[in-house]
This record gives sequence, C-alpha cells and structure tokens, in this order.
Amino acid sequence: MSLKTIRFIVKPLVFLASLGPVGWLVWAALTGNLSVNPLSDLTNETGVWTLRFLCITLAITPLRRMTGWNAAIRFRRMTGLFAFFYGSLHFLTYTIADRFAGLDFPDGIVAWSTVKNLAASVVADVYKRPFITVGFTAFILMVPLAITSTAGMIRRLGGKRWNALHRLIYVSAVAAPLHYWWLVKADVRRPLIYAAVVAVLLGFRLYWSRAHAVAPRAASPTPRTSNPTLRVSNPAPRASEPASRT
Amino acid sequence: MDEHRLIKKAADIRSSEITDRKLFVNRRDFLRTTAGVAAAGAGVLGASKMLFAAGQVAPHGRKLEGVKKSPFSLTPEQEKPNTWEQITTYNNYYEFGTDKESPSLTAGKLKTEPWSVNIDGECAKKGNFPLEELIKGIPLEERIYRHRCVEAWSMVIPWVGIPLSELVKRCEPTSKAKYIEFYTLYDPGQMPGVRVPVLRWPYLEGLRLDEAMHPLAILATGLYGEVLPKQDGAPLKLVVPWKYGFKGAKSITRIRFVEKQPLNTWQESAPQEYGFYSNVNPNVDHPRWSQARERRIGEFFMRKTMMFNGYGDQVQGLYAGLDLKKNY
Repeated sequence: MSLKTIRFIVKPLVFLASLGPVGWLVWAALTGNLSVNPLSDLTNETGVWTLRFLCITLAITPLRRMTGWNAAIRFRRMTGLFAFFYGSLHFLTYTIADRFAGLDFPDGIVAWSTVKNLAASVVADVYKRPFITVGFTAFILMVPLAITSTAGMIRRLGGKRWNALHRLIYVSAVAAPLHYWWLVKADVRRPLIYAAVVAVLLGFRLYWSRAHAVAPRAASPTPRTSNPTLRVSNPAPRASEPASRT
Repeated sequence: MDEHRLIKKAADIRSSEITDRKLFVNRRDFLRTTAGVAAAGAGVLGASKMLFAAGQVAPHGRKLEGVKKSPFSLTPEQEKPNTWEQITTYNNYYEFGTDKESPSLTAGKLKTEPWSVNIDGECAKKGNFPLEELIKGIPLEERIYRHRCVEAWSMVIPWVGIPLSELVKRCEPTSKAKYIEFYTLYDPGQMPGVRVPVLRWPYLEGLRLDEAMHPLAILATGLYGEVLPKQDGAPLKLVVPWKYGFKGAKSITRIRFVEKQPLNTWQESAPQEYGFYSNVNPNVDHPRWSQARERRIGEFFMRKTMMFNGYGDQVQGLYAGLDLKKNY
C-alpha cells in the first residue's frame, strides 16, 4: 500500500468506518431501534466502543512488529483519538442520563444552581462509587494524550517525553475493563473478554521489553529508544515511512 | 507511412501516452484497499447491530376470563401502566440470557402447557399438582403494581393473578413452616442461559410466611388481561410489589415450606449486595449505586424512589422493630 493510498484513501475510509458506531447509535435512537431504555443503551454502547478502540489502538504496535507492516503506525493516532471520542461520548451520556436526569431543579432547569448541582453530583459520584472512580480515571488520563496528539506537540515535548507520557494509555486500558467488570451484576463474560485482550496486548510489550533487556548487546547493532513499543522490528523500514512519526 | 492506420505499431505509441506503471499498480492497489476498507466498515456496522439486537415484542396470548377488579390495585389514573412492548422486551430472566432483550428472543421455546408445581416441605397438601388444579376456583384479579428493579429502573405493570395467601392456605402449612421457597424451572434443553454458570440454578427466592400471606403478594398468571408472556415468567410468577423485582421468581415449578430462612439465589451470589428481605428502600444504597431514584421506563428524568415502593402504609407493620439497614 503506497503512502498516497493510505493518506488519501485508506485513512479517510477508516475515519468514516470509525464514525459508524456513533452514526448507527444516533440513527437507532432517532428511529426507536434501541431498547425501551435507550439512555442505558447509549451509555453502555459508547462505553463498549471506547474499550474496542482502546484495544485496536494497543494492537497496532504488536501488529506492526509481527507483520513488519510499518504503515500500521499511521492509524494509531486516529484510533487513539477515536477511543477518546467514544470515551467523551460515554462520559457525556453518563453526565446527562445518570446525573443530570437525577437532579432536583429548585430554580428551574435553566439556572445557575443546575450547573452547580450537576458538577457536585458528578464529583460526589466519582468520589463515592469505586467503579465510577475507575472509569473516570480511565477517561481523564486520555485527555492529555488527546491534547498532545498533534505533530506540533510531539515536537515540543520531544520523542522521549512524549513516549513516556503516552504510556498512560496502558493505565486507561487496564482501568477500562475493570470499570466494566465492576459494573455488571453477575455475567462477567464480556468484561473478561476485554480484560483478556488487553492482557495479551500489554503482555506483548512486557515480553518484548524483557526479551530486549536480556538479549546480548551484540545482537542489536542499532541504538534503541527507551520505549519498547516504538522499536522497529522490520530490519529495513522504507525511508519514506518514519516509524516513529506518532 | 500511412498515418490513418487504426492500429498503431508499438513504435508509434509515444511514451507519454503509456500509463505510468506506478499509477497502474496503484490503481489496483487502490481498488483492493477500497474494497477491503469498505468491507471492514460494513463489518463494523454489522457487528454493532448484531451485538445489539433489539428485543422482540411478545405475541398476544389467550384472553383470561372473569378477571376481577381489586382494591389492592392501583388505578390507571394513579399510575399509567407501561406498554406491552416495554414489559415484554425488557426483562431480567437470566435463564434465557443476561441481556435485557435476550428473554424476548429466546423464551418463545418454553413449553408452559402442561405445567405442574411441586408442593413440599412443612405442609399437609404435598404433591405434584397440575397448575390448573392448584389454582382452580381462586378468582383471577387485576393488580396494577409498581415494579422497581434493583438496577434502579421501574415500570408499572398490569398483572393478572391470584392472591398468594389463597394458595398458601390450600397447601395447609404446618406450625413449623416459617418461610416459603419458590423455585424457577431449571431446564437446559429449553433455557439457553442456564448453560452458563452465572448464578446457581435453579433460581430460588423466598418470603417469610407472614409476607406471603400479605394481600399485596400475588402469583401472576397474566398481563394486560391475557396469558402471561413467557419472558415475563409464564405460567406462574411471584409478584411482591414492595420488594425489588428479583424477588419475583418466574416460571415456578416448586413451592416449599421451610423452617429456616432460605438463602435466595442473589444473596448467595453476592451477600454484601443482596439480602433476604430486599425491600425497596431509597435510604439503603446498593453498594455500587444509589437507590434513591429510579428511571421509569419511558421517562427521561428520574423519579424519587418511595419507601417500600409506595406500599409503606400497607406493609410497614411487617417490619416493625427490624433494622432495615442491616436486613436489606
């Protein structure tokens, strides 16, 4: 796949496909194709899609290392930002459907007290309910990653610091399935699947960092970056595709 | 040279006319990639739709004859009942799957006729009785009740059923009978959900005998004047409107009178979250969420949950002197 094809064809198509779930949800909500508790569906589905995009994002480096298809890296920022996008929608639906809808409105709905009470309600809930605390942590840690996702920010921070910062996604990726697990009543199969996928994806990284730490120096003529996820496994990456662009 | 020849010799084609090989290859690449991504996109959409199957509204059943009005029922003016669609597509019935819409999709297979109920334990009238015989002569009553799920959603449901007390009297419990257990059918052949060990099967719920004798407690056999849909617990479902919905055992096959307090299924599964009594109580939160409010299905703003689900005047006497924070 050429660079041009990726940039002008594949990426726009992946972008559109990533909007598919939210498009479908909006359409289903408007046409009555959700369950009779649509607010709960919207909250659950946006949460699940956040998890899926987190997994996809974490899968890119292993995919790249195992197949040598370095161009995969070109999708990582986009999928990561979509994880943040669905996470934001999830937080938004929770704030509206779970918090706002449960407020008292002593001065009417359009009032300063509504804003204050809503903020207090979210803060109290994050503080009081552990599974909300964990979910909120997963989300809030993605905020700096989204902010620093631009090429300008990478330059300003410098590769090393940027890499270190972006390892925060590992924390979100552990917290998100835990949040899901904690919330279900008895049937933990789905949260378990996500936990297992995340475990495997993080396991690769652990394995590689160990393998590299143990390997004799002579076996690695090229200097390594500190971040195992950014190491290039393909011995001859094409010059036109710098491996650590993002 | 004849310039008007239609077919040019190779040498006549200027090199500028030949499609650049790179473009040529790219075009194929482009088509392949487009097809691939389009397929992936369709796949994602398809998967999200499959993962999210909407429920299936229950078919209408036989009309029930001679249903009486009851002073224990709410009137449609007091509380507007939820729709047939809402009541039959949003069910917690784990024997048919743990998603809300699963029972509406998979309970259709359940064979509810003939049905028999085994009566045993501390009572005189033991045995396996056909359902018709068991409830014969007890007039059916319409009972429009609030239904409050422990998950903080609620509905208003127009049940049809018999007072539980009438059946209890028929069984002639002995002086040793202090509690009643209700068992849901366990049949892996008919119930796809029980193949997964999500809960201990068969599902068990229990009541204190005096709770069971309360006139608000019923055994439902119908909904909206028709035979009870399968996803709602046909053919026989316990309804105790001042308790959380999970107390209402569905598709009951066994009723047992016992001396000791039963260990109901949810309490066994998570004792710190679900107790024996499970009375609706806005002041005692579930460890993971608040019970102060509830979302009535079909509404946006949440309602304040009422003590004993609004049946406090009738039932609080049952719990005089009992610490409801400890006995949740």
